[in-house]
Amino acid sequence: MTEDTLPTSTASGPAIDADSWVCPLPLRDSPNIVMGHGAGGALSAELVTHLFQPGYGAAGTTELGDAAVIAAQPGRLSFSTDSYVVKPTFFPGGNIGDLAVNGTVNDVSMCGGRPMFLSTSFILEEGTPLEDLARVARSMGWAAERAGVRLVTGDTKVVDSGNGDGIYVNTAGIGVIPDGVDIRPDRAQPGDAVLLSGCLGLHGIAVMSSREGIDFGTTVESDTAALNDLVDVMIGTGADIHVLRDPTRGGLAAAVNEIARSSEVGIEIEESRLPVPEAVSNACGLLGLDPMFVANEGKLMAIVAEQEADRVLEAMRGHEAGQDAVYIGRCVAEHPGAMVARTGIGATRVVDLPIGEQLPRIC
Amino acid sequence: MKYLEEFSDPQLARRLLDQIHATVTRPWALMEVCGGQTHSIIRHGIDQLLPEGIEMIHGPGCPVCVTPLEIIDKALEIAAREDVIFCSFGDMLRVPGSKHDLFRIKSEGSDIRLVYSPLDALKIAKENPQRQVVFFGIGFETTAPANAMTVYQAERLGIENFSLLVSHVLVPPAIAAIMESPSCRVQGFLAAGHVCSVMGTREYPALAERFEVPIVVTGFEPLDILEGIRQAVVQLESGRHEVQNAYRRAVPEDGNPVAKEMLRDVFEVTDRAWRGIGSIPRSGWRLSERYRRFDAERRFAVADIHTDESSVCRSGEVLQGLIKPNECAAFGKQCTPRNPLGATMVSSEGACAAYYQYRRLDLLPAGASR
Repeated sequence: MTEDTLPTSTASGPAIDADSWVCPLPLRDSPNIVMGHGAGGALSAELVTHLFQPGYGAAGTTELGDAAVIAAQPGRLSFSTDSYVVKPTFFPGGNIGDLAVNGTVNDVSMCGGRPMFLSTSFILEEGTPLEDLARVARSMGWAAERAGVRLVTGDTKVVDSGNGDGIYVNTAGIGVIPDGVDIRPDRAQPGDAVLLSGCLGLHGIAVMSSREGIDFGTTVESDTAALNDLVDVMIGTGADIHVLRDPTRGGLAAAVNEIARSSEVGIEIEESRLPVPEAVSNACGLLGLDPMFVANEGKLMAIVAEQEADRVLEAMRGHEAGQDAVYIGRCVAEHPGAMVARTGIGATRVVDLPIGEQLPRIC
Repeated sequence: MKYLEEFSDPQLARRLLDQIHATVTRPWALMEVCGGQTHSIIRHGIDQLLPEGIEMIHGPGCPVCVTPLEIIDKALEIAAREDVIFCSFGDMLRVPGSKHDLFRIKSEGSDIRLVYSPLDALKIAKENPQRQVVFFGIGFETTAPANAMTVYQAERLGIENFSLLVSHVLVPPAIAAIMESPSCRVQGFLAAGHVCSVMGTREYPALAERFEVPIVVTGFEPLDILEGIRQAVVQLESGRHEVQNAYRRAVPEDGNPVAKEMLRDVFEVTDRAWRGIGSIPRSGWRLSERYRRFDAERRFAVADIHTDESSVCRSGEVLQGLIKPNECAAFGKQCTPRNPLGATMVSSEGACAAYYQYRRLDLLPAGASR
């Protein structure tokens, strides 16, 4: 039986209390999400026990209370939330699920927090294949296991077909900041070195190429990855890390501009030092985009005192997530609040915050 | 990418710059015609490294910038219709019409789609036979063949719910109009390489002869542009005015004969208004009689929309090379990429946007741009 054939008229049939109404058995065999999956009844419970819990595996929880209970620790917490609406749901190198876990793990890590617990919340469009949702949930479980975080609480809502776009995920995360760590966007100082953990532009180009069906010759895979372990290693060097930032939407340019403004320093980036994979630079060349503005999901930018830069860089390179780490520039006292790029041929230019989406140029 | 990275090589760039410095004995004003070249010059900072006397005047070759306000208003009118799916290249979406832009009416519910190829719009038309699908066909000779291909295919495949809003413009008449202007200071041109890759170079000797200016067909990477400048300067210093091709890897003398054949079939020459410059006779294309039924202006009866340009914006003078963007009183103040008064501030190829993005610190008093 499909949704279309369900009795909906209360005029001739029995009165139905729409809020607590749960579809009879046949709907449970639906291969797709139906409205009942978000209604809090038996279907919702089934989704949790038969889809989310197996999907999350060891990273999930068997406690199904209204809230997760977490033992409090003395000290400071970092807390972050982010919503994920990426289209398509599945893209080369990842999907909305691991992106949602890694993204929040990284946001928590960028102020030095060790991420511990995540909430996962779904807004699903009626008709979304359960199989897709199961794949997403499994990816979230794996990503959480890899990052060493637990998925401790969650929620699911369903919206009418046409009112959503498949699967939307929100994650929020809590982390514990070790004593003595003080990483903030306003701590950059003139003279500090700017480090980047790896190459630019992979996530943005991977998503764009699958969304627009553009073939750039080779498949570009998203770099989605958790960075908390890399951050741990960096903090473990004992160096005073002033700023960390993951250059996601808006790319490196947005991240550098934001730090320059928060810290009221100028930041000079040497374009020739930026690691840009050939496929990314080809795609950017074709579309008229600048790799500095393209999104990353598994990279971080670090600002550290000049004299500690080599030590931190070496530690980063010893870690899988930072093996291609490079020095890309420095903070200066001139032009506070602005990012300046030194071009390959030795001139300079201002790099401003992108206004909205980067728009491909006409020719 | 092959033919891309090797044309940004810093050592070779230095060598070309040295040659230019060694050649120049007096000031020269050169115009790069194409907006892509303007973007590259400013992005790489090429003009900072040239000898002091060499001035680069930024020409009218940004298709977004020269598309008249009136056409944008027509696009907005068509795109707002419920039966229409309006398709466009990305950077047209933010160009302000007299009231708002395409992004704004998209947010109000209009079905506006960003496409990467005009043929994607045709595909959308095929998939939505009950809707009218319109593609915003603007640009120079470069984008024209792909736009022409849409109606060519639409006719052959019988896709009658497709139409083209055409505002094509041509480079050679614009060069002539600039040279005929009494205030013209241009002494040499870097011709637009990609326009020539379609049209070839045969239209240019007559212009070089008539106006006694060297015209060098030039590419877009730093070395391409430096080589174009070098050849133009060498000619100027020796009193010559010829057409030279400094972009041979992309431009054969005859251009692309197949594309030209299609353009002859699909388009015919017409007078066109240029934003900020005004009407230039025989400076554009419209659909030829055979394809006229695919003309969106006719199909949606918007031919009567007439709009005047902003009185504050001096983009016309910028486009003609009469002033630099920062010499406009509104630059970086009332007019920014976020709130553009004129199209030269919209497209990343526009001279004003390029100056704002890359030069703001040098050009504005501290704090003016925040």
